[in-house]
Amino acid sequence: MSPPRAALALLLALLLASLAPRADAQMSGMTGQPLVADLSAHEISITTGFSGTELLLFGATEGEGDVIVVVRGPAASTHVRRKSREFGIWINTASMRFDEVPSFYRVASSRPLDQITTQGMRQRLQIGIESVRAVPATAADTAEIAAFRDGLTRARLRAELWQDQPAPVTFLGSKLFRTRISFPPNVPTGIYNVEVFLVKDGREIGAQTAPMRVKKTGIGARIYDLAHRHAALYGLLAVAIAILAGWGASAAFRRG
Amino acid sequence: MQGFAAMQIYLPVAELSVNWLLLLGLGGGVGLLSGLFGVGGGFLMTPLLIFIGVPPAIAVGSEAAQIVGASVSGVLAHWRRGNVDVRMGVILLLGGLVGSTLGVQIFAILRQAGQVDLIISLAYVVILGAIGTLMLVESVNALRRARRSGTARRGKLHQHTWLHGLPLKMRFPKSKLYISSILPFAVGAFVGVLAALMGVGGGFIMVPAMIYLLGMPTAVVVGTSLFQIIFVTSNVTFLQAWQNQTVDMVLAVLLLVGGVVGAQIGARLGQKLRGEQLRGLMALMVLAVAIKLAIDLVITPSDLYSIGGGGRH
Repeated sequence: MSPPRAALALLLALLLASLAPRADAQMSGMTGQPLVADLSAHEISITTGFSGTELLLFGATEGEGDVIVVVRGPAASTHVRRKSREFGIWINTASMRFDEVPSFYRVASSRPLDQITTQGMRQRLQIGIESVRAVPATAADTAEIAAFRDGLTRARLRAELWQDQPAPVTFLGSKLFRTRISFPPNVPTGIYNVEVFLVKDGREIGAQTAPMRVKKTGIGARIYDLAHRHAALYGLLAVAIAILAGWGASAAFRRG
Repeated sequence: MQGFAAMQIYLPVAELSVNWLLLLGLGGGVGLLSGLFGVGGGFLMTPLLIFIGVPPAIAVGSEAAQIVGASVSGVLAHWRRGNVDVRMGVILLLGGLVGSTLGVQIFAILRQAGQVDLIISLAYVVILGAIGTLMLVESVNALRRARRSGTARRGKLHQHTWLHGLPLKMRFPKSKLYISSILPFAVGAFVGVLAALMGVGGGFIMVPAMIYLLGMPTAVVVGTSLFQIIFVTSNVTFLQAWQNQTVDMVLAVLLLVGGVVGAQIGARLGQKLRGEQLRGLMALMVLAVAIKLAIDLVITPSDLYSIGGGGRH
C-alpha cells in the first residue's frame, strides 16, 4: 500500500475509533492512553533520485490538551570546531566534543511552546531547540561550553538538520490532529524516535512513541555499503571503472 | 525546488543530493578548458566542486578517480603517435607512487585534526598563485616578443646546473637525455604528494618541470606526464577509497562523462586559437581561482563555528 493511501486508511480507522461507543473511551482512560498517533510511513528510503520528503503524523486525543511532536535522529558524538585568525587567515584552533547529539531534530506544537510547557519539562523531554541533548565531553568553563553549544546549533540549523521554530500541529475538530514532518535531502540514516505528547496545564498527560527508520536503498545503498565495508574492493573497482570509462569515451570519439 | 526534483541525483558516498545536469555541465566546462589548454583540469574542478558544496575531502578523492579516466582517454592519442617516454614515465611514476602514498597518509592525519580544508585551500592558493603568475608573465613576454620581432625567439633548451651532477645517471633514449634518475623521481614524488592532497593530476607542475628542469623535448612531455598521472591518480583513488572513504563514484562518473565530451570539443577549438593568447587566458583563470580561495581564507567567516572531523556526522 502506498504511503498516502495507508495514511488515509489509518486516519479513517482513528476517526472510527474516536466515534466508538463509551466502553472504548473508558477502556483507553483506564489504561492511561488518552492519545493515539501514527505516521504515514515508518520508513524513508533514500533512492538515487531522493531529494527530501515529508511524512504526515496524525492522531487523536481523548479530552482537551495541546499536542507536541518531537522527532530525533540517531545520536552520535560530534566535534565542533572554532576558527580564529592566525597569521591573517582563519584556522580551526579550538574544538569541543559533544556526546549523544541527535543528528536530526524536528519539533511541532499546537501552540507556542512556552505557553504550554515548563522549562523543566522542555529540558526533560528535549522539547525545543535549546533543550536538544548535547553532552559536553571536553572539560571547559560554562561560557565556553555555551559558546560551542550555540555554534553546534547554528551549524545544524544551516544544514537544515535541526529546526528552531516549531511547525504547527493542526486540530481537525477537537480530537483529531495532524502535522507534517519535513526531511531534507541530507537526512542522516538510522533509527529515528518520534514522540508525541499530550500536554495540559504544564504537564504531559499522555505520550506515545512511534519508531521510524531512514535507510538507503537501491544502487546508492550498495555503493555506500561497498565503500565503507569493503573499502579496498571499492577502491579497486573505482579505478577499474574510471579506466574503462576513459577508454570507452576515447574509443567512442575516435569512431564518431 | 520541487520542479527540479527529477534533476537531483543522490551522491551515495558524499551523502548529498545535487543537480546532475550541473555536474555534467561542470565536467563539460572544465573538460573543454582542459582540451583547449592541454591540461588535466583537476586544479579547476576540485575548487569548483568545493564551491558548489561538495565536502573538500570528497571533492579531492572523487576528482582523483575522474582524472584517471580523463588521462586514460588522453594518453591513448599520444601513445599512438609514439609520444610517451615509457622509461622516463616509469621513474616519474615510482616517485609518484611514493609521494602519493605519503600524501594520503598526511591527508588522513589532517582530516583527523580538522585541518584538511585549510591545507587544501592553502595548497591551492600558493601553487595556483605561483603557477598563474609565472604563466602570465611568460605569455605576456611571448606576446611582446612576437610583436617586436615577428617570431618568438627560442631560448636554450636547458641549462646545466648542480642538479645534473647528481649520481644514479640513466639514459633516456626517447628524450635524448642522460641525467640522474633522482631528478625525475623527485619531480614525481612532489607531484604525487600534491595529487593526494589537492585532487589534481599535477600536469600543470610536471609539464613545466619536465621541460625546464629535466630538459625533455616538448613533443613527449604531455604524453609522458599523462602516462605518469594515470598510475599516480589510480594509486590516490585506491588509497583514498580504502583509507578515508572519500571517493564517490557516482560523482566521478558524471564528471568523467561531461569531461571527456568537453575535452574533445576543446581540443578541436584549440587548434584554431593562438598559443600565447591561450596561455595568457589560462593564466588569468588559474589566478582567479587562487584569488577566490585566498579571499575565502582571509575574510571573516559568517560563522566561526563548524562541525567536522572525527566521529560520525
